Amino acid sequence: MSNDILVIAEHLGGKVADISYEMVGKAKELAAAWGGQAIAVMLGSGMAEQAGTFASDATLYVDDPALAEFNPEAYGRVVAALVEEKSPRLVMFGSTSVGMDLAAWLSVKKDMPCVAYVNDLTVEDGELVATAQIYGGKMAAQCVPQGDAAVVSVMAGAFPADAGRGSTAAEQIASPADLSDLKVRFVQMIMPEAGDVDITAEEKLVAIGRGIGSEDNIELAQELAEALGAELAASRPITDAGWLPKTRQVGKSGVTVKPKLYLMLGISGAPEHLEGMKDAELIIAINTDENAPIFDVAHYGATQDLFDVAEAMLEALE
Amino acid sequence: MNIVVAIKHVPSTADELELNDDGTNLDFDEVDFVLNEFDEHAIEQAVLVKEAAGGEVTVVGVDVIEELDGVLHTALAKGADKAAKIVGDIEPPINSHTHARWLADAIGEMGPDLVLTGVQAVDDLDGQIGPMLAAHLDMPYVGVVTGVSASNGSVTVHKEYPGGVMAEFEVSLPAVIGVQAAEKPPRYAPISKIRQMAKSAEIEEIDADEDFEYEGCELRQMAKPVSAGHAEMLEGDAEEVAEKIIALLEDRGLL
Ligand SMILES: Cc1cc2nc3c(=O)[nH]c(=O)nc-3n(C[C@H](O)[C@H](O)[C@H](O)COP(=O)(O)OP(=O)(O)OC[C@H]3O[C@@H](n4cnc5c(N)ncnc54)[C@H](O)[C@@H]3O)c2cc1C
Repeated sequence: MSNDILVIAEHLGGKVADISYEMVGKAKELAAAWGGQAIAVMLGSGMAEQAGTFASDATLYVDDPALAEFNPEAYGRVVAALVEEKSPRLVMFGSTSVGMDLAAWLSVKKDMPCVAYVNDLTVEDGELVATAQIYGGKMAAQCVPQGDAAVVSVMAGAFPADAGRGSTAAEQIASPADLSDLKVRFVQMIMPEAGDVDITAEEKLVAIGRGIGSEDNIELAQELAEALGAELAASRPITDAGWLPKTRQVGKSGVTVKPKLYLMLGISGAPEHLEGMKDAELIIAINTDENAPIFDVAHYGATQDLFDVAEAMLEALE
Repeated sequence: MNIVVAIKHVPSTADELELNDDGTNLDFDEVDFVLNEFDEHAIEQAVLVKEAAGGEVTVVGVDVIEELDGVLHTALAKGADKAAKIVGDIEPPINSHTHARWLADAIGEMGPDLVLTGVQAVDDLDGQIGPMLAAHLDMPYVGVVTGVSASNGSVTVHKEYPGGVMAEFEVSLPAVIGVQAAEKPPRYAPISKIRQMAKSAEIEEIDADEDFEYEGCELRQMAKPVSAGHAEMLEGDAEEVAEKIIALLEDRGLL
């Protein structure tokens, strides 16, 4: 085993995702504590330039047409081969659409323990201590992966990206694994439909979550939004149910917003939602559960029934 | 097509979560268990695939607190054809690696063409079970999927990226797919139908390999997260809270 850390970088549409820099910055700190190297690993095709943008101790760039777009099977084969070759002490993935396909898979394939939903990593007496946010962000679990090597998947936004940006020259290599006969084949990218309001451009948003209860109740939230001169945004369950269009979804798989006002009605504050709104200038949350994680992030909160507050606000605004 | 849905019974996060005395995990006597919300989508997606392409849907899960029957009866009422539970001397917490090993043992015997499971669960501390199932069963895996359609020997899936961008993949079967959301909101099962299933349905029991032990992570501590800050709470009844919010907005020139 080496004391090195492999950071599996991600990119979409030719752009390196911030999570990659966030992980590299942290990896440097951990590798220094172990006397190893933080090695950024980029998989792609024609991405040599972007591969040179990390502050890593070393960067490996695996160039192959089969890696042009993310493909969990192709990526998995390459990462497994690199792990075989380098015996890293730690492999870091993003807790993202990319990393979530690979981390647990690698854990079983290579018999390395895995910690998911990680938002802090430290080295204590040489041991890795990973803190994970589980139960929808309601609990923080501290674990120590056993054995010589581990896999983690890291939450977006857990570490500063700037610490991982730099200009380490990447070593370009051919794929260490055979990428023919793939059972998973990338067909095409599908871009979101435009047309609806762009909530990322709005100054005021009233965001509704599962607490709204039923589609009929959306009208009340809509009236409140209008009275405030705001637009409606939503958590995922609302758009999944088809009660509001997908374009209104804030969070990990929706959009990231930074409005002057983000008034939240019946949203618990799951990590995937927080990813998309935690930098809003003024966050006010109405939730009946005093322990809802959103109250750790909101600037103001009230443990109230959202319907009572919405109606009282409407009345007061008239 | 032989479709298997792997499900997980998980602590409900709707209520307050109590910790055990030494602060290393939840107090499992005090928590309610519910079906992982993404598994509900996996069940719906399985039934949609069956309705479009034909076949049979089997739902299987580990009976963590011996209350899985209700979940399985509901799945049958929604259109699944068979149900199975993994039983034994089982007590929570059962980590994801153990879940995945037991589920893979059971599913391997079922000879599936397509395995669907929820993309993640709130208690996946040691990783998500979908990719682990794929590793055990030596099948390809694609997760964070919001639509699955089948046509001879393969499925076409849509995988979500941030900002509403999706990638379309074609995946040769057999395969494991991690479902984020079904193409349609999960259907509602009438209580009468669930009752009928509870009376008539047969749930296959599969023995857990109790010798399997995963000790990959030493859980040192569990606690409510220490946050950098906490919201300033607006006290009073709904009218007072409403007035305070409006005052805040006026102060900031937002009204
Ligand atoms: C890969 C992936 C990507 C995801 N991407 C996103 C994303 O982009 N955006 C997103 O939002 N989620 C996303 N999720 C889902 C996320 O994990 C949560 O499931 C979701 O955010 C929960 O939404 P919610 O807060 O509305 O619902 P819940 O967590 O069910 O919370 C509802 C809240 O309403 C409160 N409530 C109930 N009734 C009332 C009432 N009458 N008055 C006041 N409060 C009430 C409850 O106390 C509770 O806190 C993603 C998940 C995965 C796995």
